[in-house]
Amino acid sequence: MSASIVSRLPFRPTHGVIPGFGITLGITLAWTALIVLIPLAGLFLKSATLGWDAFINTIQSPRVLASLRLSFGTAFAAAVVNAVFGLLVAWVLVRYEFPGRRAVDALVDIPFALPTAIAGIALTALWAENGWLGAPLAALGIKVAFTPLGIVMALVFIGLPFVVRTVQPVLQDFHKEFEEAAESLGATRWQVFSRVIWPSLMPATITGFALALARGLGEYGSVIFIAGNLPGISEIAPLLVVIKLEEFAYAEATAIAVALLVASFLLLLLINSVQHWAERREKGA
Amino acid sequence: MVAIATRPGREASRPANRVGGVFLRGLLIALALGFLAIFIALPLVIVFTEALSRGWDAYVAALVDPIALASIRLTLLTAAIVVPLNLVFGVMAAWAITKFEFRGKSFLITLIDLPFSVSPVISGLVFVLMFGLQGWFGPWLKEHDIKIIFAVPGIVLATMFVTFPFVARELIPVMQEQGTQEEEAAIVLGASGWQTFWRVTLPNIKWGLLYGLLLCNARAMGEFGAVSVVSGHVRGITNTMPLHVEILYNEYNFVAAFAVASLLAMLAIVTLILKSLLEWRLHKVHL
Repeated sequence: MSASIVSRLPFRPTHGVIPGFGITLGITLAWTALIVLIPLAGLFLKSATLGWDAFINTIQSPRVLASLRLSFGTAFAAAVVNAVFGLLVAWVLVRYEFPGRRAVDALVDIPFALPTAIAGIALTALWAENGWLGAPLAALGIKVAFTPLGIVMALVFIGLPFVVRTVQPVLQDFHKEFEEAAESLGATRWQVFSRVIWPSLMPATITGFALALARGLGEYGSVIFIAGNLPGISEIAPLLVVIKLEEFAYAEATAIAVALLVASFLLLLLINSVQHWAERREKGA
Repeated sequence: MVAIATRPGREASRPANRVGGVFLRGLLIALALGFLAIFIALPLVIVFTEALSRGWDAYVAALVDPIALASIRLTLLTAAIVVPLNLVFGVMAAWAITKFEFRGKSFLITLIDLPFSVSPVISGLVFVLMFGLQGWFGPWLKEHDIKIIFAVPGIVLATMFVTFPFVARELIPVMQEQGTQEEEAAIVLGASGWQTFWRVTLPNIKWGLLYGLLLCNARAMGEFGAVSVVSGHVRGITNTMPLHVEILYNEYNFVAAFAVASLLAMLAIVTLILKSLLEWRLHKVHL
């Protein structure tokens, strides 16, 4: 009976011997629907009830537009910094031996493990005008905490492991023979890097960059303490979602959330196509 | 082999290049370590120096404060509910996905991974839209006097959402690599499904499973954005540790804020140490 039902489902098992297909898949589907699919679908349904005009009006209001611009701008700037320094850190960790290398390698994961609110207050203490790093910069006339620059600093902290952890395995698998061949044929060190190494690291770097960007767009905990949160100047989009919720302006909160969500889905799509492209190129080579 | 054989000759023929190489190497290491020290290590260090800036007594006083203790209890309770649920779900999802072929598998994997790409704030918002007073089920819940939003169930749900992928996504590659032959052999030899799981599958996946649980637990205890949206911030009742840190900080009670924060920072450090040990262990198993 149950076997005949299973065989009519679109999900059809091929390994006949191993038991538990129906129950594990059933529970997985039910649980995924309950925790992930239905709540997210509810968000899109809610935004659909607003109507297109209300959605556009919310997004185009000056305060929302400024917050989206700030979120995209700071996340982009931080992802660029992370792409450069993440590549450098991955390179140093893979290619060079030095004392404490394993500890440094573990340190890279701190932003993944440290709760975001803790990172937020620590970064604020560090970059504030009386902080260890903020004080010398303040003497030079550079204000970091409570400005958009502070937001970038927080997002650099949060995003770094994404680039390092995507580039590292690719660099580990890279065949040194190609480099040595190029060198023995008389290529300079820069030529070896730009023509031989970089092309195979580029897809991973772009992926890491996009992951850091996506994370930066939605980041909340580490940013709100250091940002200053002035509407129109240093108020990020996720914070505006929270503020709208606290004002019980559910419709507006939903509209901003949908804009953010669509942006991160587009980034996810970009990441997938970069990876497909890299795999195809790898096979072609 | 070839590379090793050609190396000495090449380097001997270009001594200037070699000196430049040492210099470049030193420069790159210094740059990378300097960057990591400023951006990653200092934020961690400052948590502890700030927490202890008024001495040990002030530090301990902040931790034994009844409201702080209540927040610690709530954080532990949330993790105690969420982590076991994720354990069961993760193992089931990985079993269904790796031991069987079915249509729509990659779509299911994408769905399971989805919470990773959603802003924490939105992860909280979706539950407010469902269970909040103006939400889909709000009126019904009010009628039956059930509180989800601004109460503990909402905190558990939001934490559930953000930690959803952790166990499954660690297990899927491990179980994929191991294939299905061992399980098939056990079944053919007469083992029951449970016996096969306990005696064959579990020993193979235990390190990967532990790894996933570790990361899941760290996130469950440290989640801020999603929980902040659904919590309502009632002192001593719906404030988890990260939320308690926020309140103390906003009241300019910095020593207490950093004291509670230092507990979570220690959790992060312990998590990373265990993670490194497990990676070493996993690596050994793979060899």
